[in-house]
Amino acid sequence: MSQEPVIEVRGLKKRFRREMIKSDYTTWKSLLLKPFSRRRARDYVTVLNGVDFAVGAGRTLAIIGQNGSGKSTLLKILAGIYKPDEGEVQVRGRVASLIELGAGFHPEFTGRENIFLNGTILGLSKKEIGQRLEHIIAFSGLGEYIDAPVRTYSSGMYVRLGFSVAVNVDPDVLLVDEVLAVGDEAFAHKCEDKINQFRASGKTICLVTHDMGAVEKYANEVVWLDGGQVAAAGEARQVIDAYRQKVAVEEDAIRREETRLEKAERLQAQRWGDGDVVIEDVRLLDGAGAEKAVFNHGEALTVELDYRLARPTEDLVFGVALVNAGQVVCWGSNTHIDRAELGPAPPAGTVRCRLDRLDLLQGTYFLDVAAHAKDGRAYDYLKRALSFAVRSSLGDEGVFRPPHEWGLSGRGEG
Amino acid sequence: MAGTRQRNIFARFFAELLRHQALVAALTGRELKGRYRGSVLGFLWTFLNPLLLLSVYALVFSVYFRVQMENYAVFMFTGLLPWIFFSSSLMEGAGAVSDGGSLVTKVLFPQQVLPAVKVMANFVNYLLSLPILFGFMLLNGVPITVHALAFLPVALVHIVFVFGLTLILATANVFMRDTRHILGNVLTLWFFLTPILYPLTQVPGQYRFLVYLNPAAVFSLAYHDLFFWGRWPRWDLLGLLLAAGLVMLLVAIVIFEHYKEYFAEKI
Repeated sequence: MSQEPVIEVRGLKKRFRREMIKSDYTTWKSLLLKPFSRRRARDYVTVLNGVDFAVGAGRTLAIIGQNGSGKSTLLKILAGIYKPDEGEVQVRGRVASLIELGAGFHPEFTGRENIFLNGTILGLSKKEIGQRLEHIIAFSGLGEYIDAPVRTYSSGMYVRLGFSVAVNVDPDVLLVDEVLAVGDEAFAHKCEDKINQFRASGKTICLVTHDMGAVEKYANEVVWLDGGQVAAAGEARQVIDAYRQKVAVEEDAIRREETRLEKAERLQAQRWGDGDVVIEDVRLLDGAGAEKAVFNHGEALTVELDYRLARPTEDLVFGVALVNAGQVVCWGSNTHIDRAELGPAPPAGTVRCRLDRLDLLQGTYFLDVAAHAKDGRAYDYLKRALSFAVRSSLGDEGVFRPPHEWGLSGRGEG
Repeated sequence: MAGTRQRNIFARFFAELLRHQALVAALTGRELKGRYRGSVLGFLWTFLNPLLLLSVYALVFSVYFRVQMENYAVFMFTGLLPWIFFSSSLMEGAGAVSDGGSLVTKVLFPQQVLPAVKVMANFVNYLLSLPILFGFMLLNGVPITVHALAFLPVALVHIVFVFGLTLILATANVFMRDTRHILGNVLTLWFFLTPILYPLTQVPGQYRFLVYLNPAAVFSLAYHDLFFWGRWPRWDLLGLLLAAGLVMLLVAIVIFEHYKEYFAEKI
């Protein structure tokens, strides 16, 4: 199966007119007033800027990327709905696109009538639809609802019917845009089966999705689009990892910005104590000492807090706790419990608590910090002082992942 | 070279329509059946609407205005039905692509199907209202003559003309949404400039040439002739209109084909 590729894209460029301001619309009026105004380069947004890739017969390609990276535009070009501005695009064979499910459905028509309508739109003849009708209805699982007007359908039923027609077109190339995650669980399994069936029968699939689980499950190859260009392409595992890393970095920046905005408020929100010691700032740092809000599982983490003594204080204890979204304290300790030898505290200073390994599982967590006396009397207690996220590519369940290993040995009989 | 390319455009345009005739039929059915689906009287409205319209016009012009013309209501009705076909095709056709929604932006099929469907649906509606016209004629003692056979060629010329104009309007409305609003007002003016509610003899002699310059008028006169007056229509004028209509259709196809690749992006 190593002849010419089924999908071939070379030097593809696509740009759109920028239409953000009302005056950018062409109207008869604007046409009369300035009929010869030339479009300037900055009136365009380049959505795809030199994209190359090829997909061989029977392969499954996933296109990933953040919102606005050009994925859907690319898929529409593959489907022939948009024309490329530059470059070449070739798709060999009958194409079915699951870009829009239930195109042309009339709400007043029954499901059965709409199967014929939608099927015709997707390029099936009446005879072909007739032959597949039973199959389509069975696959949709709509039962007696098939003869009810589509307007009475739930959104899930609507999409199920649309999907059932689309996958029965029997294409050589299937273009899928973010539709696998529809319907209830039973239907999701059916879709999964159908996709696997497509793969097994040597069809070429090109899917756009944000669901990395689906990408890992289906894709032989992945193209990662970033800002209209191919940021990485190739074997699924590697591209996904690179993509995740990039997303984590950006997510971190956003979260930090949010944290910065919320911090001032937060420092007041859930706070109590007599004020003999004031915690002025709290930071989360990574192993390299950079401030961060998204950590990878297993990474080093340092909690830093700046304090000031309002009054000279004896037996001062600093504490930190990590709390998960379910309000469970995952870990909490203080300088007293840990018998930390810090020496006398200067009137103003910074306390650090370094965790060599963050063994928490993926999720959102909160940080509590406190300065209190040995007898528990609070000087300054900050609940939920910061929030942070932990990312993990492992599938563990629970709260944390202790270092562990598995073994297996036989038991002697008798 | 250029000549063959131009021909290829036209050939492709019609070949695509022909290849998708099942789709045209299905969407026309959707248009016709969908319009009244869910209403109590359903498809009956297709017949009821022209009947009620007839009653309104008959009341205004025969009873209130007391127009002095024998069987005026029949006269008016023979002109009104083709006008409805004409104006509805243009109004709905102008929005055919721009209101096409996901059919334009998310599915791939030749876009000329959409305006063609609007013209088709309105023509079928026109055909379905003819039995009411015939019944009304018989009721009033207006005979249906052999000249009614001229309906077929006249309607054909009419369709050519309407389809060409619809294609241009549908294209224009994608890029300039004002088109349809302007069209609505133009059609009102056009309606009264066309001898539908009045016979040609009411137009002062020195202005008659203006009527002949109005394509809608030529159609209206033709339908009056073949249904109401029981005579053959002016074939010479219709021949000219056919030629003009074909030229317009070809120009329309060039325009439509040139702009259609931008449709999905502009909607």
